[in-house]
Amino acid sequence: MADSLLELRSLRKTYGALFVTDNVDLSVRPGELHAVIGPNGAGKTTLIHQISGLVRSDSGQVLFDGEDITHLPMHERVRRGLARSFQITSILPAFSALENVALAVQARSGSSFRFFGNAAREEALNDAAMECLNVVGIGSRARVPAGLLSHGEKRQLELAIGLATQPKLLLLDEPLAGTGHEESLRVVETLQSLKGRITIVLIEHDMDAVFSLADRVSVLVYGRVIATDKPERIRANEEVRAAYLGEEESL
Amino acid sequence: MAELTQARAPSMSSAVARFDPLPVFIFAMFAAAPFLASTSGAEGYVLSLLTRVMIFGLAAMSLDLILGYGALVSFGHAAFFGIGAYTVGIMASHGVEDALIQVPVALAASAFFAAVTGAISLRTKGVYFIMITLAFAQMLYFLASSLAAYGGDDGLTLSTRSLVAGSDFLENDFALYGTTLACLLGAYMLSRSIVKSRFGRVLRGTKENTVRMEAIGFQPLPFQLTAYVISGMMAGLAGCLLANQAEFVSPAFMTWQRSGELIFMVVLGGLGSLHGAIIGAAVFLLLEEFLPEILHAASFFLNDELRSRLSENWQMVFGPILILIVLFARGGVLGFIRRGSHG
Repeated sequence: MADSLLELRSLRKTYGALFVTDNVDLSVRPGELHAVIGPNGAGKTTLIHQISGLVRSDSGQVLFDGEDITHLPMHERVRRGLARSFQITSILPAFSALENVALAVQARSGSSFRFFGNAAREEALNDAAMECLNVVGIGSRARVPAGLLSHGEKRQLELAIGLATQPKLLLLDEPLAGTGHEESLRVVETLQSLKGRITIVLIEHDMDAVFSLADRVSVLVYGRVIATDKPERIRANEEVRAAYLGEEESL
Repeated sequence: MAELTQARAPSMSSAVARFDPLPVFIFAMFAAAPFLASTSGAEGYVLSLLTRVMIFGLAAMSLDLILGYGALVSFGHAAFFGIGAYTVGIMASHGVEDALIQVPVALAASAFFAAVTGAISLRTKGVYFIMITLAFAQMLYFLASSLAAYGGDDGLTLSTRSLVAGSDFLENDFALYGTTLACLLGAYMLSRSIVKSRFGRVLRGTKENTVRMEAIGFQPLPFQLTAYVISGMMAGLAGCLLANQAEFVSPAFMTWQRSGELIFMVVLGGLGSLHGAIIGAAVFLLLEEFLPEILHAASFFLNDELRSRLSENWQMVFGPILILIVLFARGGVLGFIRRGSHG
């Protein structure tokens, strides 16, 4: 138990006759950056939904930090230190970038059933939020309404929101999707700096990023994990090449 | 939709940061009105009209708290009007005439009704939430209509207004006006505090993006339910005031049309601003009151028969006016004022 922070046991999800997640066993060690790759439609996002609690699993177990969280709702999982980002950016567009993050800090610090006092002026919340914004590199955009940020900045903001919940494990669903070259470098740099401090499960299509960041890689094809190994051995794995890598880009 | 939020976002954030003189102006007007009323020669009429405006303003504002800040379209808010009013009426008919007892009981009844119906209806979303709140309000409407002991369909006439600690000072129209103003101001300041607070921020966040709020660790339901209960209690207070103002209580207070009017007032004034709802209530009630005369005066070029027909059927004009305001003054009257002040 102690050697895995997150453990999936025979996890399954079907939509009608379609096995989206088919008997997935996966173990994520504390401190590692574990990438999950796979061709489009392999069920990567569904797997993240199941781990985070947005989608119910049909059978199997999700163990987090030694506890069975299979039936906990999403907000309970977040409180246990399991945060996530979304493939399709999910932020509060009318709130400033700072308030987006401050709200996540607020969720972890004291009761939110307070009806008096201006929440936007709570220094403790704002300072902690500012720190997260600085970590992802958009501190200078703190006062901008989140809806007006560039796409890349929104991705960085999501990362900052995730960090603000003080997670033990961060689930990142394609954090680089749709970002420009420089923004993507910026995010990779941020992930590099977080590596080792926070356990990260990363879904990503950008293979350069995956192979430069990941400690271990799992390959998901049609809902099954066909291999989990170190990046260089995944690169050499024939089955993986056949199933996935060859068809998209050569390594 | 995305464009809309993007375009509006900066002006909203600057409006939050800056001091807004409009609410101060509104309350100053309400405070000054009785002094002007006494010079008008029809002070009883003016006072009673403005008292009604403030009572409906209070109810509309309570609706704005959940509609404008929580995106909860309650189509049964008039039920709370009814609960407040009937509490006053029924207790008075049993000889309990003091507001110090009536009002707490009315607030408790409103809170109870909101907690029970909210706990059920908040599990639904969108159209289903609208329909289920409507259904609960209709239940209460038919219940009131069937209370033969309390007038049934015809309603219940109050022999006197509520006493306050044994004193009958509410019999004075100025005193009732002042009390209503104090309630409106108190509820406004409480609501203003709530929307800025930690609680309000969670409520606003839930309105923007529920999944995101769950993904940072909030369960929306307790926050929405609490807001619903607070809102219901404020509307219940408005009901107590309405019973005293009208000195009469009837099922008509809680028809679904009345719930619709409250939503209309909020949208008319401008969603999500609190004082916008008060403006909306004022515009709605004043138009309703004066439109027949305005029409009569404006149609001087027609012959007498047509003129009287027109002012008799003033609703034919009232409806389109309301629709035009909502269509063309996006953000309601408040949006209109804001655009004006931005040049």
